[in-house]
Amino acid sequence: MSLLSLRDLGVTLRGRAILKGVTLDMGPGEFIGLIGPNGAGKTTLMRAALGLLPHEGTSSLAALPPEARGQHAAWMPQARDIAWPVTVETLVALGRTPHLAGWQGMTAHDRAHVGRALATMGLEGLRHRTATRLSGGEQAMALIARALTQDTPLLMADEPIAGLDPANQIATMAVFAGLARQGRAVMASLHDLGLAARHCTRLILLGAGGVAADGPPETVLTPDNLARIFHVTAHYATTPQGPVFQPLEVIQ
Amino acid sequence: MRPLAFGLAALVAALFLASLVVGPAGITAGAGLRALVLGGDGPEPLVMREIRLPRALLGVMIGASLGLAGAAMQGYLRNPLAEPGLIGVSGSAALGAVLAIHTGLAATLTLALPLAALAGAGTGVLLILMLAGPRGGSITLILAGIAISALAGALTSLVLNLSPNPYAASEIVFWMMGSLADRSMTHVWIALPLMLAGGLALLSLGRGLDALTLGEDAAEAMGLRLARLRLTLVLGTAALVGSAVAVAGAIGFVGLVVPHLLRPLVGARPSRLLWASALGGAAMLLAADLAVRLILPERDLKLGVLTAIVGAPLFLHLIYKTRGAQQ
Repeated sequence: MSLLSLRDLGVTLRGRAILKGVTLDMGPGEFIGLIGPNGAGKTTLMRAALGLLPHEGTSSLAALPPEARGQHAAWMPQARDIAWPVTVETLVALGRTPHLAGWQGMTAHDRAHVGRALATMGLEGLRHRTATRLSGGEQAMALIARALTQDTPLLMADEPIAGLDPANQIATMAVFAGLARQGRAVMASLHDLGLAARHCTRLILLGAGGVAADGPPETVLTPDNLARIFHVTAHYATTPQGPVFQPLEVIQ
Repeated sequence: MRPLAFGLAALVAALFLASLVVGPAGITAGAGLRALVLGGDGPEPLVMREIRLPRALLGVMIGASLGLAGAAMQGYLRNPLAEPGLIGVSGSAALGAVLAIHTGLAATLTLALPLAALAGAGTGVLLILMLAGPRGGSITLILAGIAISALAGALTSLVLNLSPNPYAASEIVFWMMGSLADRSMTHVWIALPLMLAGGLALLSLGRGLDALTLGEDAAEAMGLRLARLRLTLVLGTAALVGSAVAVAGAIGFVGLVVPHLLRPLVGARPSRLLWASALGGAAMLLAADLAVRLILPERDLKLGVLTAIVGAPLFLHLIYKTRGAQQ
Protein backbone atom coordinates (compact mmCIF):
# COMPACT_ATOMS: atom_id res chain seq x y z
CA MET A 1 0.00 0.00 0.00
CA SER A 2 1.45 3.33 -1.03
CA LEU A 3 0.79 6.42 1.08
CA LEU A 4 2.22 8.84 -1.46
CA SER A 5 2.99 8.24 -5.07
CA LEU A 6 4.56 10.83 -7.35
CA ARG A 7 4.82 10.26 -11.12
CA ASP A 8 7.01 12.54 -13.21
CA LEU A 9 6.30 15.47 -10.90
CA GLY A 10 7.68 18.78 -12.15
CA VAL A 11 7.37 22.39 -11.00
CA THR A 12 8.06 25.44 -13.11
CA LEU A 13 7.87 28.81 -11.35
CA ARG A 14 8.17 32.04 -13.34
CA GLY A 15 9.47 30.16 -16.38
CA ARG A 16 12.25 28.47 -14.37
CA ALA A 17 12.15 24.70 -13.91
CA ILE A 18 12.68 24.06 -10.18
CA LEU A 19 12.03 20.31 -10.31
CA LYS A 20 11.67 17.84 -13.16
CA GLY A 21 10.63 14.22 -13.45
CA VAL A 22 10.39 13.28 -9.77
CA THR A 23 8.96 9.77 -9.43
CA LEU A 24 8.77 8.07 -6.07
CA ASP A 25 6.56 5.94 -3.85
CA MET A 26 6.31 6.09 -0.11
CA GLY A 27 4.87 3.27 1.95
CA PRO A 28 3.99 2.67 5.60
CA GLY A 29 6.94 2.33 7.97
CA GLU A 30 9.16 4.75 6.10
CA PHE A 31 10.81 7.81 7.64
CA ILE A 32 12.19 9.67 4.65
CA GLY A 33 14.78 12.42 5.11
CA LEU A 34 14.59 14.86 2.23
CA ILE A 35 18.08 16.33 1.90
CA GLY A 36 19.80 18.64 -0.52
CA PRO A 37 21.56 22.01 -0.64
CA ASN A 38 19.69 25.32 -0.18
CA GLY A 39 17.49 25.96 -3.20
CA ALA A 40 17.50 22.32 -4.33
CA GLY A 41 13.68 22.24 -4.22
CA LYS A 42 12.92 20.36 -0.98
CA THR A 43 10.08 22.69 0.05
CA THR A 44 8.85 22.91 -3.54
CA LEU A 45 8.70 19.11 -3.83
CA MET A 46 6.63 18.73 -0.66
CA ARG A 47 4.28 21.61 -1.46
CA ALA A 48 3.72 20.32 -5.00
CA ALA A 49 3.10 16.80 -3.66
CA LEU A 50 0.45 18.27 -1.34
CA GLY A 51 -1.15 20.15 -4.23
CA LEU A 52 -0.27 23.58 -2.80
CA LEU A 53 1.67 24.50 -5.96
CA PRO A 54 0.76 24.23 -9.65
CA HIS A 55 2.70 21.27 -11.04
CA GLU A 56 3.13 18.87 -13.95
CA GLY A 57 2.86 15.11 -13.59
CA THR A 58 0.74 13.52 -10.88
CA SER A 59 0.71 13.30 -7.11
CA SER A 60 -1.68 10.92 -5.40
CA LEU A 61 -2.11 13.47 -2.57
CA ALA A 62 -2.83 16.46 -4.79
CA ALA A 63 -5.49 14.41 -6.57
CA LEU A 64 -7.51 14.03 -3.35
CA PRO A 65 -10.30 16.50 -2.51
CA PRO A 66 -9.05 19.03 0.10
CA GLU A 67 -11.01 17.51 3.02
CA ALA A 68 -9.79 13.95 2.31
CA ARG A 69 -6.23 15.22 1.89
CA GLY A 70 -6.42 16.88 5.31
CA GLN A 71 -7.27 13.50 6.83
CA HIS A 72 -4.53 11.70 4.89
CA ALA A 73 -1.52 13.99 5.28
CA ALA A 74 -0.41 16.59 7.82
CA TRP A 75 1.87 19.41 6.71
CA MET A 76 4.15 21.48 8.88
CA PRO A 77 5.45 24.42 6.82
CA GLN A 78 8.82 25.99 7.41
CA ALA A 79 7.30 29.37 8.31
CA ARG A 80 6.26 29.05 11.94
CA ASP A 81 3.15 31.16 11.73
CA ILE A 82 1.14 31.71 14.90
CA ALA A 83 -1.03 34.69 14.07
CA TRP A 84 -2.91 35.19 17.36
CA PRO A 85 -1.98 34.91 21.04
CA VAL A 86 -3.88 31.63 21.59
CA THR A 87 -2.90 29.06 24.23
CA VAL A 88 -0.63 26.15 23.28
CA GLU A 89 -3.56 23.79 23.84
CA THR A 90 -5.79 25.75 21.43
CA LEU A 91 -2.99 25.87 18.86
CA VAL A 92 -2.38 22.12 19.03
CA ALA A 93 -6.14 21.44 18.86
CA LEU A 94 -6.24 23.17 15.43
CA GLY A 95 -4.78 19.92 14.11
CA ARG A 96 -8.21 18.31 14.58
CA THR A 97 -9.72 20.69 11.98
CA PRO A 98 -9.90 18.13 9.12
CA HIS A 99 -11.72 15.65 11.38
CA LEU A 100 -14.52 17.99 12.43
CA ALA A 101 -17.56 18.35 10.19
CA GLY A 102 -19.61 21.52 9.81
CA TRP A 103 -20.37 23.17 13.15
CA GLN A 104 -19.34 20.11 15.16
CA GLY A 105 -17.25 20.85 18.24
CA MET A 106 -14.35 18.88 19.74
CA THR A 107 -15.29 15.53 21.28
CA ALA A 108 -13.50 13.69 24.10
CA HIS A 109 -11.79 11.64 21.38
CA ASP A 110 -10.38 14.82 19.81
CA ARG A 111 -9.23 16.12 23.18
CA ALA A 112 -7.46 12.82 23.85
CA HIS A 113 -5.46 13.30 20.64
CA VAL A 114 -4.49 16.81 21.78
CA GLY A 115 -3.38 15.49 25.18
CA ARG A 116 -1.32 12.69 23.60
CA ALA A 117 0.44 15.05 21.19
CA LEU A 118 1.27 17.46 24.02
CA ALA A 119 2.68 14.57 26.07
CA THR A 120 4.67 13.19 23.12
CA MET A 121 6.36 16.55 22.56
CA GLY A 122 6.86 17.18 26.29
CA LEU A 123 4.65 20.28 26.26
CA GLU A 124 2.25 19.48 29.12
CA GLY A 125 3.81 22.17 31.28
CA LEU A 126 3.20 24.78 28.57
CA ARG A 127 -0.40 23.72 27.85
CA HIS A 128 -2.02 26.94 29.12
CA ARG A 129 0.76 29.34 28.10
CA THR A 130 0.25 31.83 25.26
CA ALA A 131 1.87 30.31 22.18
CA THR A 132 3.13 33.62 20.75
CA ARG A 133 5.09 34.35 23.94
CA LEU A 134 7.10 31.10 23.84
CA SER A 135 10.66 30.87 22.54
CA GLY A 136 11.18 29.98 18.88
CA GLY A 137 12.14 26.40 19.72
CA GLU A 138 9.13 25.92 22.00
CA GLN A 139 6.87 27.30 19.24
CA ALA A 140 8.38 24.77 16.81
CA MET A 141 7.67 21.94 19.28
CA ALA A 142 4.07 23.15 19.66
CA LEU A 143 3.63 23.25 15.87
CA ILE A 144 4.99 19.70 15.57
CA ALA A 145 2.46 18.67 18.22
CA ARG A 146 -0.22 20.39 16.12
CA ALA A 147 0.78 18.26 13.11
CA LEU A 148 0.79 15.06 15.27
CA THR A 149 -2.73 15.92 16.50
CA GLN A 150 -3.94 15.73 12.90
CA ASP A 151 -3.39 11.94 13.30
CA THR A 152 -2.75 11.19 9.61
CA PRO A 153 -1.09 8.18 7.96
CA LEU A 154 1.42 10.57 6.38
CA LEU A 155 3.27 13.48 8.00
CA MET A 156 5.27 15.97 5.95
CA ALA A 157 7.43 18.51 7.75
CA ASP A 158 9.66 21.24 6.35
CA GLU A 159 12.81 21.59 8.45
CA PRO A 160 10.99 20.57 11.64
CA ILE A 161 14.13 20.44 13.81
CA ALA A 162 15.74 23.72 12.72
CA GLY A 163 16.27 25.92 15.77
CA LEU A 164 15.74 23.16 18.36
CA ASP A 165 18.30 22.32 21.05
CA PRO A 166 20.17 18.97 20.67
CA ALA A 167 17.91 17.11 23.10
CA ASN A 168 14.75 18.31 21.37
CA GLN A 169 16.23 17.59 17.93
CA ILE A 170 16.98 14.00 18.89
CA ALA A 171 13.63 13.61 20.69
CA THR A 172 11.75 14.91 17.64
CA MET A 173 13.59 12.59 15.26
CA ALA A 174 12.82 9.71 17.64
CA VAL A 175 9.10 10.69 17.63
CA PHE A 176 9.08 10.64 13.82
CA ALA A 177 10.94 7.29 13.72
CA GLY A 178 8.40 5.97 16.25
CA LEU A 179 5.50 7.01 13.99
CA ALA A 180 7.13 5.11 11.13
CA ARG A 181 7.50 2.01 13.31
CA GLN A 182 3.74 2.22 14.08
CA GLY A 183 3.08 1.85 10.34
CA ARG A 184 2.74 5.51 9.44
CA ALA A 185 5.11 7.42 7.18
CA VAL A 186 7.05 10.64 7.69
CA MET A 187 8.82 12.83 5.18
CA ALA A 188 10.95 15.63 6.64
CA SER A 189 13.38 17.98 4.96
CA LEU A 190 16.58 18.11 7.00
CA HIS A 191 19.91 19.88 6.92
CA ASP A 192 21.49 17.88 9.75
CA LEU A 193 22.83 14.91 7.80
CA GLY A 194 24.13 13.28 10.98
CA LEU A 195 20.63 13.05 12.49
CA ALA A 196 19.25 12.04 9.10
CA ALA A 197 21.75 9.17 8.87
CA ARG A 198 20.92 7.94 12.37
CA HIS A 199 17.12 8.11 12.35
CA CYS A 200 15.77 7.96 8.78
CA THR A 201 14.98 4.67 7.08
CA ARG A 202 15.51 6.24 3.67
CA LEU A 203 17.07 9.41 2.30
CA ILE A 204 16.10 11.27 -0.87
CA LEU A 205 18.84 13.57 -2.11
CA LEU A 206 17.66 16.43 -4.29
CA GLY A 207 20.07 18.18 -6.63
CA ALA A 208 20.29 19.48 -10.19
CA GLY A 209 16.50 19.83 -10.51
CA GLY A 210 15.56 16.30 -9.56
CA VAL A 211 16.26 13.25 -7.41
CA ALA A 212 20.04 12.71 -7.35
CA ALA A 213 19.97 9.67 -5.07
CA ASP A 214 17.29 7.66 -3.24
CA GLY A 215 17.81 4.79 -0.83
CA PRO A 216 18.99 3.78 2.66
CA PRO A 217 21.28 6.39 4.29
CA GLU A 218 24.53 4.49 3.65
CA THR A 219 23.86 4.27 -0.09
CA VAL A 220 22.93 7.95 -0.39
CA LEU A 221 25.61 9.59 1.77
CA THR A 222 28.48 8.36 -0.42
CA PRO A 223 31.62 10.47 -0.89
CA ASP A 224 30.73 10.82 -4.56
CA ASN A 225 27.17 12.13 -3.91
CA LEU A 226 28.41 14.48 -1.19
CA ALA A 227 31.08 15.94 -3.46
CA ARG A 228 28.77 16.22 -6.48
CA ILE A 229 25.72 17.75 -4.75
CA PHE A 230 26.87 19.27 -1.44
CA HIS A 231 30.50 20.03 -2.38
CA VAL A 232 31.75 18.68 0.98
CA THR A 233 33.84 15.81 2.25
CA ALA A 234 32.60 13.83 5.24
CA HIS A 235 33.38 11.09 7.70
CA TYR A 236 30.88 8.21 7.78
CA ALA A 237 31.29 5.28 10.14
CA THR A 238 29.13 2.51 11.47
CA THR A 239 29.71 2.24 15.21
CA PRO A 240 28.17 0.14 18.00
CA GLN A 241 26.01 3.20 18.80
CA GLY A 242 24.73 3.36 15.21
CA PRO A 243 25.86 5.30 12.15
CA VAL A 244 27.92 8.44 12.71
CA PHE A 245 28.17 11.09 10.04
CA GLN A 246 30.17 14.30 10.21
CA PRO A 247 30.74 16.72 7.30
CA LEU A 248 34.39 17.86 7.27
CA GLU A 249 35.56 20.27 4.55
CA VAL A 250 34.13 22.30 1.69
CA ILE A 251 35.51 21.17 -1.65
CA GLN A 252 36.75 24.27 -3.46
CA MET B 1 -17.23 31.45 27.11
CA ARG B 2 -20.81 31.21 28.37
CA PRO B 3 -20.53 34.10 30.86
CA LEU B 4 -19.17 36.38 28.14
CA ALA B 5 -21.96 35.43 25.72
CA PHE B 6 -24.65 35.97 28.37
CA GLY B 7 -23.05 39.20 29.56
CA LEU B 8 -22.84 40.68 26.08
CA ALA B 9 -26.37 39.54 25.19
CA ALA B 10 -27.74 41.06 28.41
CA LEU B 11 -25.90 44.30 27.68
CA VAL B 12 -27.37 44.46 24.19
CA ALA B 13 -30.86 43.75 25.53
CA ALA B 14 -30.55 46.46 28.20
CA LEU B 15 -29.24 49.04 25.74
CA PHE B 16 -31.97 48.11 23.26
CA LEU B 17 -34.63 48.79 25.91
CA ALA B 18 -32.91 52.03 26.88
CA SER B 19 -32.83 53.06 23.24
CA LEU B 20 -36.60 52.48 23.06
CA VAL B 21 -37.42 54.59 26.13
CA VAL B 22 -35.05 57.53 25.60
CA GLY B 23 -36.18 60.30 23.29
CA PRO B 24 -37.36 63.87 23.01
CA ALA B 25 -41.09 63.00 22.97
CA GLY B 26 -41.22 62.73 26.77
CA ILE B 27 -43.05 59.42 26.92
CA THR B 28 -42.58 57.53 30.19
CA ALA B 29 -40.87 54.18 29.89
CA GLY B 30 -43.91 52.14 30.95
CA ALA B 31 -46.35 53.98 28.72
CA GLY B 32 -43.95 53.79 25.80
CA LEU B 33 -43.37 50.05 26.03
CA ARG B 34 -47.12 49.44 26.52
CA ALA B 35 -47.86 51.52 23.42
CA LEU B 36 -45.17 49.65 21.49
CA VAL B 37 -46.57 46.23 22.28
CA LEU B 38 -50.32 46.88 22.51
CA GLY B 39 -50.69 49.76 20.06
CA GLY B 40 -53.77 51.94 20.44
CA ASP B 41 -54.70 55.48 19.45
CA GLY B 42 -52.79 58.72 19.84
CA PRO B 43 -49.21 59.73 19.19
CA GLU B 44 -47.49 57.28 21.53
CA PRO B 45 -47.76 54.07 19.45
CA LEU B 46 -46.78 56.10 16.39
CA VAL B 47 -43.63 57.46 18.04
CA MET B 48 -42.68 54.09 19.48
CA ARG B 49 -43.38 51.99 16.38
CA GLU B 50 -42.36 54.35 13.59
CA ILE B 51 -39.48 56.30 15.14
CA ARG B 52 -37.89 54.60 18.12
CA LEU B 53 -38.29 50.94 17.17
CA PRO B 54 -36.58 51.28 13.77
CA ARG B 55 -33.82 53.36 15.34
CA ALA B 56 -33.13 50.76 18.04
CA LEU B 57 -33.36 47.87 15.55
CA LEU B 58 -30.98 49.58 13.16
CA GLY B 59 -28.59 50.21 16.03
CA VAL B 60 -28.46 46.49 16.79
CA MET B 61 -28.28 45.43 13.13
CA ILE B 62 -25.65 47.91 12.02
CA GLY B 63 -23.50 47.56 15.13
CA ALA B 64 -23.56 43.76 14.85
CA SER B 65 -22.75 43.96 11.13
CA LEU B 66 -19.79 46.24 11.62
CA GLY B 67 -18.40 44.26 14.58
CA LEU B 68 -18.80 40.92 12.79
CA ALA B 69 -17.32 42.18 9.52
CA GLY B 70 -14.37 43.70 11.41
CA ALA B 71 -13.67 40.46 13.28
CA ALA B 72 -13.85 38.41 10.07
CA MET B 73 -11.59 40.80 8.17
CA GLN B 74 -9.00 40.83 10.98
CA GLY B 75 -9.15 37.03 11.18
CA TYR B 76 -8.65 36.57 7.46
CA LEU B 77 -5.82 39.09 7.14
CA ARG B 78 -4.35 38.00 10.50
CA ASN B 79 -3.90 41.65 11.33
CA PRO B 80 -5.55 43.49 14.23
CA LEU B 81 -5.47 46.75 12.26
CA ALA B 82 -7.78 45.52 9.51
CA GLU B 83 -11.29 46.96 9.36
CA PRO B 84 -14.32 46.20 7.20
CA GLY B 85 -13.91 49.36 5.08
CA LEU B 86 -10.58 48.02 3.86
CA ILE B 87 -12.03 46.31 0.78
CA GLY B 88 -13.43 49.60 -0.50
CA VAL B 89 -17.12 48.77 -0.03
CA SER B 90 -17.88 51.60 2.42
CA GLY B 91 -16.29 54.13 0.10
CA SER B 92 -18.15 52.95 -2.98
CA ALA B 93 -21.47 52.69 -1.10
CA ALA B 94 -20.99 56.26 0.15
CA LEU B 95 -20.28 57.40 -3.40
CA GLY B 96 -23.54 55.85 -4.59
CA ALA B 97 -25.47 57.63 -1.83
CA VAL B 98 -23.73 60.95 -2.52
CA LEU B 99 -24.64 60.71 -6.19
CA ALA B 100 -28.27 60.09 -5.23
CA ILE B 101 -28.26 63.21 -3.05
CA HIS B 102 -26.46 65.28 -5.67
CA THR B 103 -28.79 64.38 -8.52
CA GLY B 104 -31.84 65.10 -6.38
CA LEU B 105 -33.07 61.51 -6.66
CA ALA B 106 -32.88 61.14 -2.91
CA ALA B 107 -35.27 64.07 -2.42
CA THR B 108 -37.90 62.72 -4.82
CA LEU B 109 -37.85 59.08 -3.72
CA THR B 110 -37.11 57.86 -0.17
CA LEU B 111 -35.68 54.56 -1.37
CA ALA B 112 -33.38 56.16 -3.93
CA LEU B 113 -30.58 56.87 -1.46
CA PRO B 114 -30.19 53.40 0.10
CA LEU B 115 -30.65 51.69 -3.25
CA ALA B 116 -28.03 53.90 -4.89
CA ALA B 117 -25.67 53.15 -2.00
CA LEU B 118 -26.25 49.41 -2.45
CA ALA B 119 -25.58 49.78 -6.18
CA GLY B 120 -22.34 51.57 -5.30
CA ALA B 121 -21.36 48.78 -2.89
CA GLY B 122 -22.14 46.17 -5.56
CA THR B 123 -19.97 47.98 -8.10
CA GLY B 124 -17.15 48.15 -5.55
CA VAL B 125 -17.36 44.39 -4.91
CA LEU B 126 -17.35 43.56 -8.62
CA LEU B 127 -14.29 45.76 -9.10
CA ILE B 128 -12.42 44.19 -6.20
CA LEU B 129 -13.20 40.66 -7.37
CA MET B 130 -11.99 41.56 -10.87
CA LEU B 131 -8.83 43.19 -9.54
CA ALA B 132 -7.93 40.62 -6.90
CA GLY B 133 -8.90 37.59 -9.03
CA PRO B 134 -9.93 34.17 -7.78
CA ARG B 135 -6.46 33.08 -6.62
CA GLY B 136 -4.83 36.36 -5.54
CA GLY B 137 -3.40 36.60 -2.06
CA SER B 138 -4.45 38.80 0.83
CA ILE B 139 -2.00 41.56 -0.20
CA THR B 140 -3.69 41.88 -3.61
CA LEU B 141 -7.03 42.15 -1.85
CA ILE B 142 -5.79 44.96 0.44
CA LEU B 143 -4.15 46.87 -2.41
CA ALA B 144 -7.24 46.55 -4.61
CA GLY B 145 -9.36 47.73 -1.67
CA ILE B 146 -7.15 50.76 -1.08
CA ALA B 147 -7.27 51.65 -4.78
CA ILE B 148 -11.07 51.40 -4.90
CA SER B 149 -11.44 53.41 -1.65
CA ALA B 150 -9.18 56.11 -3.04
CA LEU B 151 -11.09 56.27 -6.31
CA ALA B 152 -14.47 56.37 -4.57
CA GLY B 153 -13.15 59.07 -2.20
CA ALA B 154 -11.87 61.15 -5.11
CA LEU B 155 -15.17 60.86 -6.96
CA THR B 156 -17.08 61.82 -3.79
CA SER B 157 -14.87 64.91 -3.49
CA LEU B 158 -15.54 65.68 -7.15
CA VAL B 159 -19.28 65.57 -6.53
CA LEU B 160 -18.85 67.94 -3.56
CA ASN B 161 -16.56 70.13 -5.66
CA LEU B 162 -19.17 70.45 -8.39
CA SER B 163 -22.17 70.76 -6.10
CA PRO B 164 -24.42 73.60 -7.29
CA ASN B 165 -24.96 75.29 -3.92
CA PRO B 166 -23.71 75.15 -0.32
CA TYR B 167 -26.94 73.52 0.89
CA ALA B 168 -26.48 70.51 -1.38
CA ALA B 169 -22.85 70.25 -0.27
CA SER B 170 -23.70 70.45 3.43
CA GLU B 171 -26.46 67.88 3.02
CA ILE B 172 -23.91 65.49 1.53
CA VAL B 173 -21.36 66.21 4.27
CA PHE B 174 -23.91 65.70 7.04
CA TRP B 175 -25.14 62.46 5.48
CA MET B 176 -21.59 61.13 5.29
CA MET B 177 -21.10 61.63 9.02
CA GLY B 178 -23.48 58.75 9.68
CA SER B 179 -26.65 58.78 11.79
CA LEU B 180 -29.60 56.64 12.86
CA ALA B 181 -31.97 59.61 13.31
CA ASP B 182 -35.24 59.75 11.35
CA ARG B 183 -34.97 56.25 9.87
CA SER B 184 -38.13 54.22 9.26
CA MET B 185 -39.09 50.56 9.25
CA THR B 186 -38.54 50.68 5.46
CA HIS B 187 -34.83 51.10 6.14
CA VAL B 188 -34.94 48.09 8.46
CA TRP B 189 -36.61 45.95 5.79
CA ILE B 190 -34.06 47.03 3.13
CA ALA B 191 -31.07 46.18 5.27
CA LEU B 192 -32.36 43.08 7.10
CA PRO B 193 -32.19 40.44 4.31
CA LEU B 194 -28.71 41.51 3.22
CA MET B 195 -27.45 41.64 6.78
CA LEU B 196 -28.85 38.20 7.60
CA ALA B 197 -27.29 36.69 4.48
CA GLY B 198 -23.95 38.41 5.02
CA GLY B 199 -23.95 37.59 8.73
CA LEU B 200 -24.60 33.89 8.15
CA ALA B 201 -21.90 33.83 5.47
CA LEU B 202 -19.29 35.31 7.81
CA LEU B 203 -20.32 33.20 10.83
CA SER B 204 -19.78 30.09 8.68
CA LEU B 205 -16.10 31.02 8.26
CA GLY B 206 -15.16 30.44 11.91
CA ARG B 207 -13.33 27.15 11.52
CA GLY B 208 -11.43 28.35 8.44
CA LEU B 209 -10.35 31.55 10.20
CA ASP B 210 -9.16 29.50 13.18
CA ALA B 211 -7.11 27.29 10.84
CA LEU B 212 -5.59 30.40 9.24
CA THR B 213 -3.91 31.10 12.60
CA LEU B 214 -1.27 28.64 11.33
CA GLY B 215 -0.77 30.50 8.04
CA GLU B 216 -2.30 29.98 4.60
CA ASP B 217 -0.12 26.98 3.69
CA ALA B 218 -0.86 24.92 6.79
CA ALA B 219 -4.56 25.85 6.68
CA GLU B 220 -4.87 24.82 3.04
CA ALA B 221 -3.15 21.51 3.79
CA MET B 222 -5.75 20.89 6.54
CA GLY B 223 -8.45 20.95 3.88
CA LEU B 224 -9.38 24.63 3.88
CA ARG B 225 -10.61 25.90 0.52
CA LEU B 226 -8.89 29.27 0.64
CA ALA B 227 -10.31 30.74 -2.58
CA ARG B 228 -13.85 29.92 -1.46
CA LEU B 229 -13.23 31.38 2.01
CA ARG B 230 -11.97 34.61 0.48
CA LEU B 231 -14.94 34.92 -1.87
CA THR B 232 -17.38 34.28 1.00
CA LEU B 233 -15.55 36.84 3.12
CA VAL B 234 -15.63 39.54 0.44
CA LEU B 235 -19.29 38.98 -0.46
CA GLY B 236 -20.41 38.68 3.19
CA THR B 237 -18.52 41.80 4.25
CA ALA B 238 -19.87 43.70 1.26
CA ALA B 239 -23.46 42.73 2.10
CA LEU B 240 -23.04 43.76 5.76
CA VAL B 241 -21.08 46.96 5.26
CA GLY B 242 -22.84 48.01 2.05
CA SER B 243 -26.27 47.77 3.66
CA ALA B 244 -25.02 49.46 6.84
CA VAL B 245 -23.70 52.45 4.89
CA ALA B 246 -26.83 52.50 2.74
CA VAL B 247 -29.17 53.03 5.71
CA ALA B 248 -26.94 54.94 8.15
CA GLY B 249 -24.00 56.51 6.33
CA ALA B 250 -20.39 55.92 7.22
CA ILE B 251 -19.86 54.89 10.85
CA GLY B 252 -16.22 54.28 11.59
CA PHE B 253 -14.16 52.62 14.33
CA VAL B 254 -16.78 50.09 15.47
CA GLY B 255 -15.39 47.40 13.15
CA LEU B 256 -11.85 48.19 14.24
CA VAL B 257 -12.15 48.72 18.00
CA VAL B 258 -14.75 46.12 19.01
CA PRO B 259 -12.81 43.01 17.85
CA HIS B 260 -9.69 44.50 19.39
CA LEU B 261 -11.41 45.04 22.75
CA LEU B 262 -12.95 41.57 22.87
CA ARG B 263 -10.02 39.51 21.54
CA PRO B 264 -8.42 38.89 24.97
CA LEU B 265 -11.82 37.82 26.38
CA VAL B 266 -12.26 34.99 23.84
CA GLY B 267 -8.72 33.62 24.12
CA ALA B 268 -7.84 35.27 20.78
CA ARG B 269 -9.71 32.58 18.83
CA PRO B 270 -10.97 34.08 15.54
CA SER B 271 -14.10 31.88 15.46
CA ARG B 272 -15.28 32.95 18.92
CA LEU B 273 -14.41 36.56 18.14
CA LEU B 274 -16.98 36.51 15.32
CA TRP B 275 -20.12 36.22 17.45
CA ALA B 276 -18.59 38.13 20.35
CA SER B 277 -17.81 41.08 18.07
CA ALA B 278 -21.30 40.97 16.59
CA LEU B 279 -22.79 41.33 20.10
CA GLY B 280 -20.14 43.84 21.16
CA GLY B 281 -20.66 45.94 18.03
CA ALA B 282 -24.41 46.04 18.64
CA ALA B 283 -23.84 47.13 22.26
CA MET B 284 -21.32 49.79 21.25
CA LEU B 285 -23.50 51.31 18.53
CA LEU B 286 -26.62 51.32 20.73
CA ALA B 287 -24.61 53.02 23.50
CA ALA B 288 -23.21 55.59 21.08
CA ASP B 289 -26.66 56.28 19.63
CA LEU B 290 -28.02 56.78 23.16
CA ALA B 291 -25.13 59.13 23.89
CA VAL B 292 -25.84 61.36 20.87
CA ARG B 293 -29.44 61.69 22.08
CA LEU B 294 -28.46 62.44 25.68
CA ILE B 295 -25.36 64.66 25.28
CA LEU B 296 -26.61 67.24 22.79
CA PRO B 297 -30.27 66.47 22.10
CA GLU B 298 -30.86 69.86 20.44
CA ARG B 299 -27.90 69.87 18.06
CA ASP B 300 -28.30 66.56 16.16
CA LEU B 301 -24.82 65.26 16.99
CA LYS B 302 -23.92 62.71 14.30
CA LEU B 303 -23.36 59.11 15.33
CA GLY B 304 -20.29 58.62 13.12
CA VAL B 305 -18.66 61.68 14.67
CA LEU B 306 -19.21 60.33 18.18
CA THR B 307 -17.93 56.82 17.41
CA ALA B 308 -14.76 58.33 15.96
CA ILE B 309 -14.30 60.78 18.87
CA VAL B 310 -14.70 57.98 21.42
CA GLY B 311 -13.15 55.23 19.30
CA ALA B 312 -9.91 56.91 18.29
CA PRO B 313 -8.64 57.70 21.81
CA LEU B 314 -9.76 54.25 22.98
CA PHE B 315 -7.77 52.76 20.15
CA LEU B 316 -4.74 54.87 21.03
CA HIS B 317 -5.02 53.64 24.62
CA LEU B 318 -5.09 50.03 23.43
CA ILE B 319 -2.03 50.57 21.25
CA TYR B 320 -0.27 52.20 24.20
CA LYS B 321 -1.09 49.20 26.41
CA THR B 322 0.05 46.68 23.74
CA ARG B 323 3.31 48.60 23.38
CA GLY B 324 3.85 48.33 27.12
CA ALA B 325 3.16 44.57 27.08
CA GLN B 326 5.67 43.95 24.30
CA GLN B 327 8.59 45.62 26.05
